Amino acid sequence: MATAPVAAGLKPPAKPRSKPRDSISSWPWTDRIAYVLCWAAGIGLCLIAAWIVLYMAIKGISYLKPSLLVQSPVGSPDQSGSGGFLDPIEGTFLVTAIGIVVAAPLGVAVAVWLSEFGRPAGLARAVESGVETIAGTPSVVLAIFGLLIFSKSFLAFLSQTSAGGAVFGRSFLTAGLIMSLLAIPLIVGATREALAQIPAHVREASYALGKTKATTIRRVLLPSVRPSIASGITLGMGRIIGDTAIIVILLGASLRLEGAGGAPILSILRGTGSTLTSYVKENSPAGEGNAPQKAYAAAFVLLVIVIALNAIVMRLSRAGARADGTL
Amino acid sequence: MTPLTPPPARRIQLREPTVIDPPPGGVVGPAAGAPAIGGVAARNGRGRASAAQVTERMRIESVSLAYGDKWVVRDVSLPVRQGEVLALIGASGSGKTTLLRSLNRLTEITAGASRAGRVTLDGEEIERIEVNELRRRISMVFQQPNPFPMSIFENVAYALREEHAARRDRKRRGRRGRQELEPAVIDAVRRAGLYDEVADDLDRPALRLSGGQQQRLCIARALAAGPEVLLLDEPCSALDPISTATIEQQIVSLRESVAIVIVTHNLQQAMRVADHVAFMHLGELVEYGTSEQVFEHPAMERTREYIGGAFG
Repeated sequence: MATAPVAAGLKPPAKPRSKPRDSISSWPWTDRIAYVLCWAAGIGLCLIAAWIVLYMAIKGISYLKPSLLVQSPVGSPDQSGSGGFLDPIEGTFLVTAIGIVVAAPLGVAVAVWLSEFGRPAGLARAVESGVETIAGTPSVVLAIFGLLIFSKSFLAFLSQTSAGGAVFGRSFLTAGLIMSLLAIPLIVGATREALAQIPAHVREASYALGKTKATTIRRVLLPSVRPSIASGITLGMGRIIGDTAIIVILLGASLRLEGAGGAPILSILRGTGSTLTSYVKENSPAGEGNAPQKAYAAAFVLLVIVIALNAIVMRLSRAGARADGTL
Repeated sequence: MTPLTPPPARRIQLREPTVIDPPPGGVVGPAAGAPAIGGVAARNGRGRASAAQVTERMRIESVSLAYGDKWVVRDVSLPVRQGEVLALIGASGSGKTTLLRSLNRLTEITAGASRAGRVTLDGEEIERIEVNELRRRISMVFQQPNPFPMSIFENVAYALREEHAARRDRKRRGRRGRQELEPAVIDAVRRAGLYDEVADDLDRPALRLSGGQQQRLCIARALAAGPEVLLLDEPCSALDPISTATIEQQIVSLRESVAIVIVTHNLQQAMRVADHVAFMHLGELVEYGTSEQVFEHPAMERTREYIGGAFG
């Protein structure tokens, strides 16, 4: 900046200073250690992330064959005959979609209520701690709870019922519903925080035009917080895609999509299946499938899916925000 | 020119070219205040709007306002007239903004706020008017420019759409389309003095405008629904002097079509735009009169101190 001298005798500095005058050598040694540690922590994390991605990419790509993506898995004692992992990929998308479709509207609604209404105050506090409790509950606990609830006969329509009348409780629908609980706290948190950052005078400006609170929320506030909702959804998707416990317990972790019979789409939704996480778990050296190469390939695909979904959601919300001028 | 002398305040004149007074010669420092005010009187050639053009829109009758049990406005009575600008001046905490916000019942959204006294709009008590209807008739512009995250066009059209009209009604007439709204939107943008700058692209996001343009867009938005009264809460305090001058110009030219109440900390601004001035102190109305009366011959000691202090 400022290359041309404004007046005669006023010269730009001969050489722009690249280092701040406040050199670290003048700091107390405790600060110097902390400074070095901060650098080390940042770079260390970067290295670990790069290591994960690179290692998985090398391992994954070396074992990944296009056929794996389009073949259904087959039960086999030998990994040369156990097929691909098409079904787990489909399962991953299906569970994530169900979870987000349920969680996004609920999460946004809860956030709007907490931020814009929140009365009576006691109820708001109760809702808040409810959300926090769900956020803090381990997913395996949620899964066991889900199995308990969805095995009740009045919820039999969500899964299959055996000939003896026992409700199975395990299906894409039940797993997706419990998965949504993982995403809701993240969506509530992100949305609420963004709503809290909108200054009061923006709401008042809308009221002052004779608009109701509902109109203000729908037309002014929600569009303003759209990027935050999107990042909450991204975080939620990450949680859902990465969860294994709920899949193993509530989706049945069957090798293929096993329909429940009946109407075509409903059959799959009420049926069982698996996702990439449970597939990786089963086939890893620690699991029972004994196909570590496929586990590495599947893990790599999972990583790619997560990164791609994040990129897509952020891009979509940024495009929207750019059109609105909020970014 | 002595750098310490504040620029002389003068009335905004609508059609005549504006002439800047030379600073009072030889007067430096605190003493410069009095001659500056005298200078205004000499220059004020615009005069009062004639009686025929002035119509009373609102009447504030012994209004008191409280937050919880703390009184912030006590027993204020004022008329609000179309054809002139009313400025509320006073120090921070004098209750001017609260009084302004009570006029469109915006104080009601603050928990614990209460009001005593009577406020009428065209003879009708404002309590008896449905609140959203009232706020379309008495619109408001805030201290911070606050356009909504949508296009320039949509910002203004937002004020025109009746979002909560009965569903049946909306079905019958259809949602009001762009073509139907366009003339009204353009008219509002023009009245706010923004049209020339944005005419080429009304679909640009409003948040991309400069601060001064954003504030004029807010004025356009407030004007769109054809209000009878326009409330301005320190509309220029976040803006640079050039934007301020543009907006002041608009305020003065709008007063024929809408009654204007402006809250301002800036006494020179009050002097430039207002026809009547109300000086408030600690919630009480100390003095009300024409701009000349209040600024040149303040009747009350406190007014004199406030105005003198601010100029000295």
